[in-house]
Amino acid sequence: MAEKPSGLVQGTLDMLILKTLQLEAMHGYGIAIRIEQISKGVFQVNPGSLFPAFRRLERARWLKGEWRDTENNRRAKYYMLTALGRKQLKGETREWARQAAAIARILEAES
Amino acid sequence: MSLLRNLAGGLRGLFRKEQVECEMDEELRGYLDAAVNEKLRLGISREEAVRAARIEMGAAESVKEQVRAASWESLVETLWQDLKFSVRLLRFNPAFAVTAILSLALGIGANTAIFQLLDAIRMRTLPVKNPQELAEVRIAERNGATGSFVTRYPKLTNPQWAQIRAQQKGFSGLFAWGPTTFNISPGGEVHNVQGMWVSGEFFDVLGIEPDQGRLLSLTDDLPGCATPGVVISHSFWKREFGGDASVLGRKITIEKRPFQVIGVTPASFYGVEVGRNFDVALPLCVEPIVRSEFSVLNRRDGWWLTVMGRRKPGWTLEQASAQARTISPGIFEATLPAEFDADDAKHYLGYKLGVFPADTGVSELRSTYENPLWLMLGLAALVLLIASANLANLMLARASAREREIAMRMAVGARRGRLIRQLLAESLLLGFAGALFGGLLANSLTQVLVASISTSNEPLFVDLVLDWRMLGFTTAITLLTCALFGLTPALRATQVTPGTVLKSAGRSATSGPERFGLRRVLVVSQIAMSLMLVVGALLFGRSLQKLATLDAGFAQEGVLEMELDLTALHLPVERRAGFKRQVLDQVRAIAGVESAAEAGIVPLRGDGMNRQVLVNHAGQVLEGKSELNEISPRYFATWQTPILAGRDFDERDTLHSPLVAIVNEAFAKKYVDGANPVGATFRVKSESKESGPYQIVGLVKDSKLYDLREEFLPTMFMPVTQKGHPEQEETILIRSEASLHGLISSLKSTVQQFNRGVDMNFTPYRKMVETSLLRDRLMARLSGFFGILAVLLAAVGLYGVIAYMVERRTSEIGIRMALGANRGGILRLVLREACVLLGVGLLIGTALSLAGSRAAATMLFGLKPTDFVTYVLAVASLSAVAALASFLPARRAARLDPIVALRNE
Repeated sequence: MAEKPSGLVQGTLDMLILKTLQLEAMHGYGIAIRIEQISKGVFQVNPGSLFPAFRRLERARWLKGEWRDTENNRRAKYYMLTALGRKQLKGETREWARQAAAIARILEAES
Repeated sequence: MSLLRNLAGGLRGLFRKEQVECEMDEELRGYLDAAVNEKLRLGISREEAVRAARIEMGAAESVKEQVRAASWESLVETLWQDLKFSVRLLRFNPAFAVTAILSLALGIGANTAIFQLLDAIRMRTLPVKNPQELAEVRIAERNGATGSFVTRYPKLTNPQWAQIRAQQKGFSGLFAWGPTTFNISPGGEVHNVQGMWVSGEFFDVLGIEPDQGRLLSLTDDLPGCATPGVVISHSFWKREFGGDASVLGRKITIEKRPFQVIGVTPASFYGVEVGRNFDVALPLCVEPIVRSEFSVLNRRDGWWLTVMGRRKPGWTLEQASAQARTISPGIFEATLPAEFDADDAKHYLGYKLGVFPADTGVSELRSTYENPLWLMLGLAALVLLIASANLANLMLARASAREREIAMRMAVGARRGRLIRQLLAESLLLGFAGALFGGLLANSLTQVLVASISTSNEPLFVDLVLDWRMLGFTTAITLLTCALFGLTPALRATQVTPGTVLKSAGRSATSGPERFGLRRVLVVSQIAMSLMLVVGALLFGRSLQKLATLDAGFAQEGVLEMELDLTALHLPVERRAGFKRQVLDQVRAIAGVESAAEAGIVPLRGDGMNRQVLVNHAGQVLEGKSELNEISPRYFATWQTPILAGRDFDERDTLHSPLVAIVNEAFAKKYVDGANPVGATFRVKSESKESGPYQIVGLVKDSKLYDLREEFLPTMFMPVTQKGHPEQEETILIRSEASLHGLISSLKSTVQQFNRGVDMNFTPYRKMVETSLLRDRLMARLSGFFGILAVLLAAVGLYGVIAYMVERRTSEIGIRMALGANRGGILRLVLREACVLLGVGLLIGTALSLAGSRAAATMLFGLKPTDFVTYVLAVASLSAVAALASFLPARRAARLDPIVALRNE
């Protein structure tokens, strides 16, 4: 029901969020901006799909949230990876690489 | 993601909803803040930054909705919301809610109750191990059998049973049993209980384990057994012994003889007859002792047993049946009664045994009530349909009232599916509330049904438990009903184009001719179905009335039947007649007794006997069957049956005078061409002996003998005073205007003056006739109840539609009146609409009734299912109610003040 972010392959948003959180805990807007920046604007993530994804990942225990003060002295919910989340990310990254390589091979063979 | 965790998270979301919502709010606010800050950092003005961030994020509510929709609990929650909303809507309109729930409860309750009874007597298997293995051995087509039939299921004789047991191959175990009633009173007034004669294998083959002591076995059922033990049922043990554990070894008096209790059956076991609960069971071998001179145990023409058993594994019904067929000729040859004449013998030798399924036991109740109950279930289903149509109509009206609201919601983006779900929630709520009350109602309704077909002499036992079939049935009809009355209106209501509705100022779009058509169809079908129910009610009502007011040939009111059992007096045969005569004289002397007489057969009690007669008439001999009743003088006076010619029996007729008889008109018609038979003679052939000649001394008016429904049967009456071998029982019919209570007590003291050991049983005759009409009364009452319900519902439906039409056309009527239409014209305008609906409904209803009433043909008496008067009455009564229902809104229309009507616009 939630709209997919434009150009994002289905199911990859979860992986991108996990990846973004690999180094440090971040709040929702931070994650959205980071994804946009790193993808050089290719992926724009809107809150309508971001927050449902958080709920999903939290419920799967891959993420956990924590309320902290921000740099502007406001409270925000920071998300961080759990041990389960790290394992999931590793698995998904490997699988993604395998699939991407396979797709690349197919595309090259055809041209 | 693990299911459990998802569930836990979901439940947390449901129960700590506020906290979850708060956190989400705060998080979104934080998100917006961060976005604004980011933009400020890029040097955009604060105002612009806030605006841009808002646009970027979209409506906060919509984001929240998306978050909520991501989890399963949201579905539960919207359902919950819908239900809450529905409850609120219904609370706003309690009249609607109460009407809806009440009509559904009545409809569902009636269906469930009838189904519960059908389930109990038809579908449920016997409460024994592997009931599907049980099968019955009986004669496949046994019509016109000759002999004595002494139990409710006189399928086979004991000699036949012995042969079958020895020769059958398809059964691993076989048993015989016969139901009976036993008098367990040691003396005085009779106390009858339900008894069973059982062969030694009975409990073992059925796999019944004793609750106390031990059960009857093969060693208890040896020929010539003297005083074996008796097995009692759990309910009898509780009732008569208070569940006392020391019951084993105690004595029960059965037919004046003491029997020792050897065991108690478990509570779940009621026997193999559905509809009865046995009290005591005795082995077959003791039957000659208990019945003494009436014993049928060794009689080849004594039919009293039912044979059942467990099929061997691997033996199908067909195989067992085929085996039974092959051994049939030998069995019937070996058991041929010696006294049969050539015709009877030929008939008897042609019998073929067959094997039939018996997993649901045997049941007289079933054969009497199964078809009527199915028919009643059909009628109840019609009532539920009418109630559904009514509700659908009301829901449509509500939907059109809410049209603008629905259009508005759709305009601001509500999805149609979501709206339909919400509208359906209301139907489901009503449906299940109706089912709940209906279920409660059904329980007491079934009790009433069982009580209404049960009599004090023969109490019914119906094991009413809630089983999966019942639950499934009720849920299924509830869901079906909801779909019927909820789905179409919901689909209709959400079919609107928001623009049209919102533009049309006050006039609602669902009232357009096409939309209104559905409501008309509903009302027409309601009227049609109501007519079917009214026809049914009238058919059964009139049939009962015909039976109850029928001239049976005797006056049923004011007669008391007294049965005396003289066995305990041990009177020698030659003293019996004198003793009986003395008792009768004393009874006649009681103040208030108009007339009293002895009767061998009491009409309509169900028993009777017939004989082969050879009548001399006009120089030739006519042979045929005639019913026989042995009576004392004044029998006809007691019944107030007129003697048309000749005389009554009197003192002249003794053992030493010439044999005499009185015959009825049917006898005269059959054997003497309807001429006056007085003076004619005939002989009687019984068990290959001829007796007579009998001289006919009187002719009496015809009267019913076995059953009110029968044609008058040729009957001969013979005087008890010429009977060589009087029984030890005496039935005295007493006509008296005195109060029943006083009469019975003076009868008791009169009889006890003779001897205290005489057993007595009293039955007011009218009660017995009523018992014989139980089924007809039940059908008439039930169908009458359904008919009234249906007419009421249809009237409400018609009223609703006409009232709605008047409301919708208020301004049109206003204009017509302003232009000069008079009140009569308006009245006609509205009534014309009602008449069209009624007319079409009645037409369809008549056609359906004519087709459907054929199912009732065999249950009716004295009228055909296409009885013209019934249809006229049904159409007239339904029209009258419908006219009233539509006249009220029509009159309101005619009384409209044109100014007010037009101002409405």
